Amino acid sequence: MSAHADTHAHDDDHGHHHKETFVTKYIFSQDHKMIAKQYLVTGTIMGVIGVLMSMMFRMQIAWPEEPNVLFEALLGKWAPEGVMDADIYLALVTIHGTIMVFFVLTAGLSGTFSNLLIPLQIGARDMASGFLNMVSYWLFFLSSVIMVISLFVEAGPAAAGWTIYPPLSALPMAQGGSGTGMTLWLVSMAIFIASSLLGSLNYIVTVLNLRTKGMSMTRLPLTIWAFFITAVIGVISFPVLLSAALLLIMDRSFGTSFFLSDIFIQGEVLHYQGGSPVLFEHLFWFLGHPEVYIVILPAMGLVSEIMATNSRKPIFGYRAMIASILAIAFLSTIVWGHHMFVSGMNPFLGSVFTFTTLLIAIPSAVKAFNWITTLWKGNLQMNPAMLFSIGFVSTFITGGLTGIILGDSALDINVHDTYFVVAHFHLVMGISALYGMFAGIYHWYPKMYGRMINKNLGYIHFWITAICAYGVFFPMHFIGMAGLPRRYYTNSNFPLFDDLANVNVIITVFALIGGVVQIVYLYNFFASIFFGKKAPQNPWKATTLEWTTPVEHMHGNWPGEIPHVHRWAYDYNKPGHDVDFIPQNIPLKDGEEELQH
Amino acid sequence: MTALLTIIVLVFILIAIWQMVKIFDLALATKNENTQVATDKDNTLNGYLMMGFLAFIYVITIVCCVLWGDLPLLSNSASAHGPTIDNLMIISLVIIFFVQTLTQFLLHYFAFKYKGEKGKKALFFADNNKLEAIWTIIPVIVLAGLIIYGLNTWINIMGVDESDDPLVVELYAQQFNWKARYGGADNTLGKSNVRLIDIDRANILGLDESDPNAQDDIITTELHLPVGRPVLFKMRSQDVLHSAYMPHFRAQMNCVPGMITQFGFTPTVTTVDMRETPEMVEKVKRINDIRVENSKPLLAKGEEALEPYTFDYLLICNKICGKSHYNMQMKIVVETQEEYDAWIKEQKAFKNSLIN
Repeated sequence: MSAHADTHAHDDDHGHHHKETFVTKYIFSQDHKMIAKQYLVTGTIMGVIGVLMSMMFRMQIAWPEEPNVLFEALLGKWAPEGVMDADIYLALVTIHGTIMVFFVLTAGLSGTFSNLLIPLQIGARDMASGFLNMVSYWLFFLSSVIMVISLFVEAGPAAAGWTIYPPLSALPMAQGGSGTGMTLWLVSMAIFIASSLLGSLNYIVTVLNLRTKGMSMTRLPLTIWAFFITAVIGVISFPVLLSAALLLIMDRSFGTSFFLSDIFIQGEVLHYQGGSPVLFEHLFWFLGHPEVYIVILPAMGLVSEIMATNSRKPIFGYRAMIASILAIAFLSTIVWGHHMFVSGMNPFLGSVFTFTTLLIAIPSAVKAFNWITTLWKGNLQMNPAMLFSIGFVSTFITGGLTGIILGDSALDINVHDTYFVVAHFHLVMGISALYGMFAGIYHWYPKMYGRMINKNLGYIHFWITAICAYGVFFPMHFIGMAGLPRRYYTNSNFPLFDDLANVNVIITVFALIGGVVQIVYLYNFFASIFFGKKAPQNPWKATTLEWTTPVEHMHGNWPGEIPHVHRWAYDYNKPGHDVDFIPQNIPLKDGEEELQH
Repeated sequence: MTALLTIIVLVFILIAIWQMVKIFDLALATKNENTQVATDKDNTLNGYLMMGFLAFIYVITIVCCVLWGDLPLLSNSASAHGPTIDNLMIISLVIIFFVQTLTQFLLHYFAFKYKGEKGKKALFFADNNKLEAIWTIIPVIVLAGLIIYGLNTWINIMGVDESDDPLVVELYAQQFNWKARYGGADNTLGKSNVRLIDIDRANILGLDESDPNAQDDIITTELHLPVGRPVLFKMRSQDVLHSAYMPHFRAQMNCVPGMITQFGFTPTVTTVDMRETPEMVEKVKRINDIRVENSKPLLAKGEEALEPYTFDYLLICNKICGKSHYNMQMKIVVETQEEYDAWIKEQKAFKNSLIN
C-alpha cells in the first residue's frame, strides 16, 4: 500500500516556481499547513464566542434575574435593564453547545491537526487533493459565518438545545428561536457537514495512498491512526445528520410530516400526521454519539504521541492502542440509543444499548492504563504539552467513570437530563478534548509558526485551567444527583432546589476564573507568532517525520527527496543505542532488530 | 462606556502579562539553551505540582462529599422500585470512587516520581501482554456484573404487569403545564386525540365525547396517588417534547406528541410520612433558613418575604420545551386510600365539566 509520491512531488515543485501572491498564500491556500492554521484560528475565534456564552449563562444560573452590565453590553435588547431574557438563555445554551462540539472540537481540532500532521507524519508532499482541502476549509468558514449571523436575527438564534429535537425546533410558534434562527442553524450545519465530509475523505485517501516508502500501517504514529479512524467514523455518521437536517427542513418549510404528528399549539391543530420525534432522535444520535468519539479520538492520538515523546519512552502497547481505537470506533456506532432510554423507545432496545454502551468501558480502560504505564519509569519532560496530556488522562478518567452510571438504563432514569449528565460529558469529551487540543497546539506550535510558544505562560495556563475545570464540573455531579434539571433559566420556582444555589455560585466563580485565564493562552498564542523565540528544527527531540522538515514552511514539505521510513515512531531510549531517540527515517543498524509491539 | 473601560482594562492586563513574561524570561535566560523547552527545574516544579494536584482532587472529592453528600437522592426514595435503583447507584459510585482514587494516584504519582532529570535514561518498556490482559479482564468482570445487575433492574422497572390492576393515570403535557386524567370508576381512559380539542366547550385534552369510557374521566391539575397501589402512567403531549420527571419516585419518561408512552411504579411513602422523616425535616429546615436569609434584602426593599417551604413531591418537566421550561411543574400528593377516595369524589367527571 505504501506509495511513492514522486509524481505529486513533481507537480508541487512545478507549482513552486510560480510567484505566490498574498491571496494564494494566506487566503485561498491549497497548502495543508496553511489550511491547518486557518482551521485553528477560525476555531479559536469560535471558541472565544462559545466560552463567552457559557460565562454569561453561568452568571445567570448563579445570580438569576439580577441585572448585569455584561449582559446589557453584549445582549442588547435580550437583556432589558441588564436582566437576561429566558429565551436568550436557551439560545446561549444551544449555540454554546453547537459551537463547542462542532466548530471548535470537530473542525478546530480535527481540521487543524489532521491537516497539519497527516502529510507531515506519513511523508507526503501534501493532501491527496489540495483543492478539496481548500474547499473544505472555506465551507467551514462559510458555515461559521452563517452561525454567527444567526445570533443577530430578529426573533433570536436557535434555542431548542444543541440536539434541536422537533417539534420544538420545527415550529416557529413553539419558540422564537425556531424561526429564522433555526433555519440559519440548519443551513449552517448542512454546509458544515459538507465541509467535514470533504475533509474526512481527503484524510482517508491521503493516509491510504500517500504514505512514504517504508511507512506501513503498523509503523504509523498513533496520531495518524486516530485521525484516520476519526475520518472513517465521520464519513459513516455525518451523512445521517445531514439527512435528519434535510428532513427537518422539509417538515419546517414544505409541510411534510417526518417528525411531527398530532400537534395542537396556540389554539390550533396543525396538519401534521404520522411522523415521530423519536425518529429524529434516532437519526440525530446516530451521528451524535459517534460525534463524541470524533471529538475525543484525535485528542487521544495527540496525547499518545506527546506522552511518548515527553516520557522519552515508547508508547506502551502500541498494537493494543490501535486495537482499542478500532474497538471504540466500532462500538461508537451501535450505542446511540443510550441517549434515548426514556424517550419512549421500546425498553428491550434500551437493554441492548445498555449492553453495548458499557462494553466501551473496556477499550477505554485499556487506553487509560496504557497511558499511565507509558509514564512509568520514564524521564518525563514537563513541557506544557505534557502537562495538558497528563491532564487529559486525568479528566478522561474522572469523566469517563460516571459513564457507567449514565450508560446503565436503570440508573439513567433518574439522572437523565440533569446536571449529572452535563458534568459527565463536559469532563470526558469537552475538557478532555480541549486539553488534547491545547497539548497539540503547545507541542506543534514550533512546526506551525517556526517559533517557540512561551512555556511559563503555558504552565500558568495549564494549572489554573486544571483547577478550574475540576472546580466547575466536580461539584456539578452532586446537584445533578439531587435531581436538578439542565437548561433551566432559573431554579427560583423550586424551593426544593434552594439548597443547591450556593453550589451553583461556586461553580460559576470557577467557570469565570477558568474563562478569563484563557486570555493568557490567547495572548501567548498570538504574541508568540511574532515575538516568540526562533524554533530549532526538532525542539522536543521527537522521532516522527514532521521534525525532519525545515523550520521555514515550503510547498512540498521536504526540499529534497521524501525521507524513507525504516522503523516505528517510538524508538526512544532503545537498548543497544547510545542516543536518546532514533527518528523514523534512520535505517536499522546491522543486526538491529525492529522491535515492534 | 463600560465596554470601553473593559477593553482598556484588558489591554492593560495584556501589557502587564507581556512585561512580566519578559522579566521572567530575562531572569531565566541561559546561553545556548532553548529556554522554551522544559529544564530540570521545570520538571521538578511541575512534578511537585502534580502531587499537589492529586491532593487537590482528593480534597475536592472529600469537601464535596462532606458539604453536599446529603444532596443526592440516594436513600429516601418513595417508590417500590426506588431502593433497587439507589442500591445499584451506590454500588456504581463505590466502584467509581475506588477506581478514580487508584488511577488518579498512579497517574499523578508517576508524573511526580519519574520527573525528568538530565542524563537519566527512561526504561524501554513497549509491551507486556500479561499486564494488558489483566487490565482488560478485570474491567470485563466488573462490567459483566454491572450489566447483569443493571439489566435485571431495568427490566423489572419497565415491565408493567397489567394483572396487578394498576391505577391508570394519564399525564398530559403542554407548554407550560401538566394535567392529570383519571379513568374514573371504570379505571379506563377514554379515547382521545388533540384534533378533538374544543377550547370553547372546555374539552381541553381532546377526549372523544362519544366514547362511553370517557364520560367518567376526571381531569385534574394536581396528581393524587393512593399509597401502596401500583400506578400506570400513560403520557401524552399536545405540542412539543416534554419529560415527566418525578425524582423522588426515581421515575422519568418523555411525553411525545403523536404517541403514548408509559411508566409504572408503586408509591410507598405518603407525603405526610415523607415530611416527617428526619432527613426531610433537616432538609426543609435548611432550605427555610436559606429562604429567611434571602428574604432579608426583599424586606429591605419593601417587598414581601419568600414563603416558607413545606415539602411536596413534584412532577417537573425535564426536556427543553421553550421559554418557560424552567417553571413547568405539578404537585404530587401521595395519601392513604381513604384520603384519595375522598379527594377523587370531589372532582368533576368529564361529562359534567363540558360547556354546552
